Amino acid sequence: MTTRDTDWDGVRLHVVTGKGGTGKTTVAAGLALALAHGGRKVLLMETEGRQGIARLFDRPPLPYQERKIAIGPGEADDGRDHGGDVYALAVDPEGALLDYLQMFYNMRSAGIALTRLGLVDFATTIAPGLSDVLVTGKATEAARRRRHGPPGGGYQYDAVVMDAPPTGRIGRFLNVTAEVSGLAKVGPVRTHADTVANVIKSPQTAVHFVSTLEEMPVQETLDGIAELRAIPGMQVGGIVINMARPAVLSPEELKAAPDVPAMAAALTDAGLRDTGDLAAALADELAEHARHVELQDRERAELEAAGQPVYELPMITEGVDLSGLHRLAAELRDQGAA
Amino acid sequence: MTGNPLLDMDRLIDDRRTRIIVCCGSGGVGKTTAAAAIGLRAAERGREVCVLTVDPARRLAQSMGLTSLDNTPRIVEGVEGKAGGSLHAMMLDMKRTFDEVVEAHADPARAAQILANPFYQSLSSGFAGTQEYMAMEKLGQLRRSNEWDLIVVDTPPSRSALDFLDAPERLGRFLDGRLIRVLTAPVKASRPFGRVLNAGLSVMTGALTKLLGGQVLRDAQTFVTAFDTMFGGFRERAEATYRLLQTPGTSFLVVAAPEPDALREASYFVERLDEERMPLAGLILNRVHAAGSAGLSAARSLAAAETLDGIIQNEPVASAPAAGYSVAAATLRLHAERMSLGERERRVSRAFTSAYPAVPVVEVPALPVDVHDLEGLRRIGEALADADGQRS
Repeated sequence: MTTRDTDWDGVRLHVVTGKGGTGKTTVAAGLALALAHGGRKVLLMETEGRQGIARLFDRPPLPYQERKIAIGPGEADDGRDHGGDVYALAVDPEGALLDYLQMFYNMRSAGIALTRLGLVDFATTIAPGLSDVLVTGKATEAARRRRHGPPGGGYQYDAVVMDAPPTGRIGRFLNVTAEVSGLAKVGPVRTHADTVANVIKSPQTAVHFVSTLEEMPVQETLDGIAELRAIPGMQVGGIVINMARPAVLSPEELKAAPDVPAMAAALTDAGLRDTGDLAAALADELAEHARHVELQDRERAELEAAGQPVYELPMITEGVDLSGLHRLAAELRDQGAA
Repeated sequence: MTGNPLLDMDRLIDDRRTRIIVCCGSGGVGKTTAAAAIGLRAAERGREVCVLTVDPARRLAQSMGLTSLDNTPRIVEGVEGKAGGSLHAMMLDMKRTFDEVVEAHADPARAAQILANPFYQSLSSGFAGTQEYMAMEKLGQLRRSNEWDLIVVDTPPSRSALDFLDAPERLGRFLDGRLIRVLTAPVKASRPFGRVLNAGLSVMTGALTKLLGGQVLRDAQTFVTAFDTMFGGFRERAEATYRLLQTPGTSFLVVAAPEPDALREASYFVERLDEERMPLAGLILNRVHAAGSAGLSAARSLAAAETLDGIIQNEPVASAPAAGYSVAAATLRLHAERMSLGERERRVSRAFTSAYPAVPVVEVPALPVDVHDLEGLRRIGEALADADGQRS
């Protein structure tokens, strides 16, 4: 087993959030792959019923069941690291409710009857907080579950990665005690919520934010971080910049106005024709790129000012498939996120 | 780029019979911005417009000159055009909207009882579902007030972007549900039930008590009993708004970015709207990376960059054109990347357009910066209306 230090040693539950469209599911999957090395087992949890994880790994839709979905890469230059395993689970409030009834009261069949009666509809309609508690409860249960065998054995999973709801909803989603305290001052649900909160609001849990280098996602990330910091005990994790477009030239080269005749000459020497118009068009594209890089730098600086570790993942132009996921995982490992 | 008809935005917003435009799509595709841009363009072309938004980014509110948006339509200053239109904007406050509905449907004593119930408080400020009901409710109110001749609404960023269509049905299913009867039964009658039925019920309530705790169950029972009398009116209103969405005065616009997830969601929408007989006006394909004017393929561009690399390596270091060559090579790589991104976007978009060849489409190019002011919204409006006539 490798003993390399990472930024999140000791974290067992990684919550990944982000504004819609920033690729939080992709980053969560990449992080799970990155964590699965040195024989470690990682559970990747989907919470929104979109089956995004199954699509990313090119698998049929995930059931409510923990299934092995991928093998972690290990480290190519280290023959001792044989990689690890990624399991996946699509959790839904209904399944989580049945689990809860079974685990704590041995009442699965009553649960099924209640589900038929529409208890889950009831929970999500009347008290959305209840279904959030059930879903986060499943994640904390998996993070703390022991391996079968004699008591005192190790954990079944070395890490759990949760693809959580978007940034705009994350504070409510995780602050389970506050959500149910208005409803239940005492009683089993309250006790359950408190147990879940003890894990969520502990150093074992970190909430990572995914953002692109655009104004609105950056603003939402900063707002979300401020919201979580205001909740005592909650640990804000890293900021993962996704789909960054690296600068193709040095800042000095980008600052200089494009030299169209020089460009035209170079294009001619490269064997291209019609270089006059082409050079002008390419010069325009270069100028646009320079503006874009400037804007990205400004947004990156805003994210860095938040004072959390920042990781940066490149845009994968051809679309993210399994090989793309492995690329992202390697980046996260190299940058110390896992 | 596609064989689909062009979405004629100006015809849609100039048509006085268009009274409601609903923008839907998955999160992060620029739905709210599109709704605001359509509202502004319609106002500047002479309509009396109200934009109803659910959760706008602060900067978008600021772009309309509003420091904050609340549950009352606020006038947006700076609307131009001689056509004499106006633009109002408001943000849905779901708790306040819900409170108003309760107050309208129950006598003061009962209303106070409901408003104080913990279940009501969770329901009215919770996210799942409530926002959808209340967006529908607000839309219905605005439409009935007849103060605006066009209402543009963007839909909540739901887990499933279709939730708002299900709002009336979910409410109905819930109200007619057996669970409600199970919940209310123990309060109404503890003895008169036969032995068997009673046993079944006590298993249920036993499970519920274990799950929720006795106090929660009592609160739920009080809530359901108090709410019972106003359920009917509540549901009628939701159904009336639902029917309003099916009338010819309503048009749906599906907003998507040229990415697989967003377009998959758009496909669901198109099919669902069709099933529900909701009038679809077309698809806004937002944030498209234009090919640019350089007619050079990715492959040739990369080949040329490699040729330049070769020249640089073989030239003496001090040679004059080397710097120009390396800039040109980098620019060619940049261009190649842009072309492959454009190619990928076209490929995923084609998968959508070939499945729905009759759906009108308009493309809006990706902008390097976010919208900060009315001028920015105006530019998006121009792109939405294809004002520079790129496609015609």
